[in-house]
Amino acid sequence: MNKFKSLLVGAVVAGLGATSAMAQEKIRIAFIDPLSGPFASTGNQGLSIYRHAVDELVNKRGVLLNGAAEFEIVPFDNKISAKESLIQLQVAIDQGIRFIAQGASSGVANALTDAIKKHNKRNPDSQVIFLNHSAVDPALTNDKCNFWHFRFDANADIKMDALTDDIAGNEDIKKVYIIGQDYSFGKAVAAAAVRFLGEKRPDIEIVGNELHPIGKVKDFTPYARKVIASEADAVITGNWGGDMVGLGKAVMGAGFTKPIYTYYGATSGITANFGDQGDGIVKLAGAGQVNPPLSADAEAFTTSYYEKFPELDLGQPQMANVAPMLAVAINEVGNADDVKAIAYALEGMEYDGILTGKTVMRESDHQAIQTVTVQGQTSEGLTFDYDNSGHGMIAETIVELASADAPTTCKMKRP
Amino acid sequence: MALFLVNILDGLVTGLLLFMLCSGLTLIFSMMGVLNFAHASFYMLGAYFAYQISTITGFWMGLLVAPIIVGVFGAAIERYGLRRVHKYGHVPELIFTFGLALLIEEVIQFFWGKSQMAYSEPEALNFAAFAIAGNSFPAYKVFMIFVAMGLFLTLLYILTKTRIGMTIQAALSYPETVQNLGHNVPLVFMGVFGVGTAMAGLAGVIAGPVLGTFPGMAVQLGSIVFVTIVIGGLGSLWGALVASLIIGWLQTFAAAYNVAMEDILTAVGFTKPENIWDHPLQDLWTLTLPQIGPILPYLLMVFVLVLRPQGLMGKRET
Repeated sequence: MNKFKSLLVGAVVAGLGATSAMAQEKIRIAFIDPLSGPFASTGNQGLSIYRHAVDELVNKRGVLLNGAAEFEIVPFDNKISAKESLIQLQVAIDQGIRFIAQGASSGVANALTDAIKKHNKRNPDSQVIFLNHSAVDPALTNDKCNFWHFRFDANADIKMDALTDDIAGNEDIKKVYIIGQDYSFGKAVAAAAVRFLGEKRPDIEIVGNELHPIGKVKDFTPYARKVIASEADAVITGNWGGDMVGLGKAVMGAGFTKPIYTYYGATSGITANFGDQGDGIVKLAGAGQVNPPLSADAEAFTTSYYEKFPELDLGQPQMANVAPMLAVAINEVGNADDVKAIAYALEGMEYDGILTGKTVMRESDHQAIQTVTVQGQTSEGLTFDYDNSGHGMIAETIVELASADAPTTCKMKRP
Repeated sequence: MALFLVNILDGLVTGLLLFMLCSGLTLIFSMMGVLNFAHASFYMLGAYFAYQISTITGFWMGLLVAPIIVGVFGAAIERYGLRRVHKYGHVPELIFTFGLALLIEEVIQFFWGKSQMAYSEPEALNFAAFAIAGNSFPAYKVFMIFVAMGLFLTLLYILTKTRIGMTIQAALSYPETVQNLGHNVPLVFMGVFGVGTAMAGLAGVIAGPVLGTFPGMAVQLGSIVFVTIVIGGLGSLWGALVASLIIGWLQTFAAAYNVAMEDILTAVGFTKPENIWDHPLQDLWTLTLPQIGPILPYLLMVFVLVLRPQGLMGKRET
């Protein structure tokens, strides 16, 4: 560890030396996500992970074009509106930014991927790449896929695949209750759950499959009563934000002591809210892992993240891959201007993700294939807790290169 | 049947909580003739203050202190804000409270951030009081019922049986006369505003651990509070109670039973179209009761306004 630290310090010092020695080119990445309003905590968390990854894995190491260039993250606030995002996209392009990162909300991602496709077709001189770090609607890498879009997160189907593997392996689970928010993502989660459970464990009975109005339910108690009354052995939900907290607290408060499988049941105050009650109950399927750290490198990276952002959480490990993978692609091309060549370099790239293990940007649909984990909430054996609450998520089932052979309907048209 | 009983109790909790918010608002409205848009924001302030206090001294101190802070703050708002705006008429007052609501939300985000706060029930009440057919009923909710009932009875007693209550009631209807009799009417107004906001604060203190403490909690309850006092009749305490309970049960039962439009339509004699996903009436066919639950209170308000414009128990025409 000490040796590693001194090595790192050495690298940093060398990097700083290189910085002062050369005139640096700034390669900018536009980060378009909600930075104000009700979903700001999601956007700010993502921004912090980007900044940390850029500092620690690219700039300090001086790896971008052999230290001749540095990444700079330029935040744009889209207030989680698709319309606002398109305006910000135009602003970013006008400022000469060629790399667009976005992730909160698949609705926004759908709008951006269409706009970018059109823009690149009409403006071959100022083409841009869309780096999608967390919008998980499967359509983005299936029917709606395009050459300029790269998804770094595991999509909803991949996560559900890992999650249902976990359920299928648990003989105690005979009845499952599916509940989600009434919009495209909630429906996609429910459909995937029904499909995978039907394939893997046809004997499992789906005792509830319902959607509730998104962000409108003040008190989830009546829903919780239905879950209890259905005698379900597990709950699956794609809820996030306030809907996740409300549902989780109500279901556990009504006396449910069996697993609740979630996509977003941690960080941003959720873990702290669940507290002791959530230990051993709340599960989360996601890309990569924070606990236990994958390597000494990963531990150092996470430690310095928490030193820099003690109030935030490294809740989306795959986001740390985006800038470093882009750096590899730019290095391969030798400049940051030939965007098409960079996109080709990203395609099929194999990369050793600091928190996600071996990661491949699948050529056929631009979907990152990486380690997907099913994590469980606990307060024991944690290296890093969430929300400074003493509770956190620890990887229980680890699937390397998850869903590498999952089919895609994508027919990629390459320029 | 067991589930029905559980839902009755859940609806009671929701309704009583709503009542704690509405009682203050309805009094303030009948007094000043202006809707306090910031009322739900005082509820949010109560939850945040109580959370902050609870991190230092535990839940119970927060329960006592937070409503008082909110009440004092509310009284100060009336004395130094609303009273000055009052002379320019109702519209500036309305805009003032609206601006205040936005301001409070921003200030809260500034100090506490945008995440959910880890504000939870006290350890002493963190157990299941009883269970009906496997559905446990948390002791904390029993506590909520008692606090709300206690508040209602106290309020009813003060307003109808004490001298202060008489003065308030008189000041509501005939402020000039009461002033001429030697009572300090502006002080009465300030007091009512302070107590009204303190009750909203108290509602926030006890609702925060259950419904979540986050910057959107005021907006989430804001509109339903107005609906409730309109249904109950502006200025009527009993009306606020009855309307709150009706809405509490309405929302609970709507979410609890999966009555599908499909079943109703087929029962009436229609046949479900083959390819429902391409059908123009797809939305109608796939509708379920939990989905329309959130709009039921508004629907009820429209009916009440049409049939009985003064509200269920309102005394005067507005």
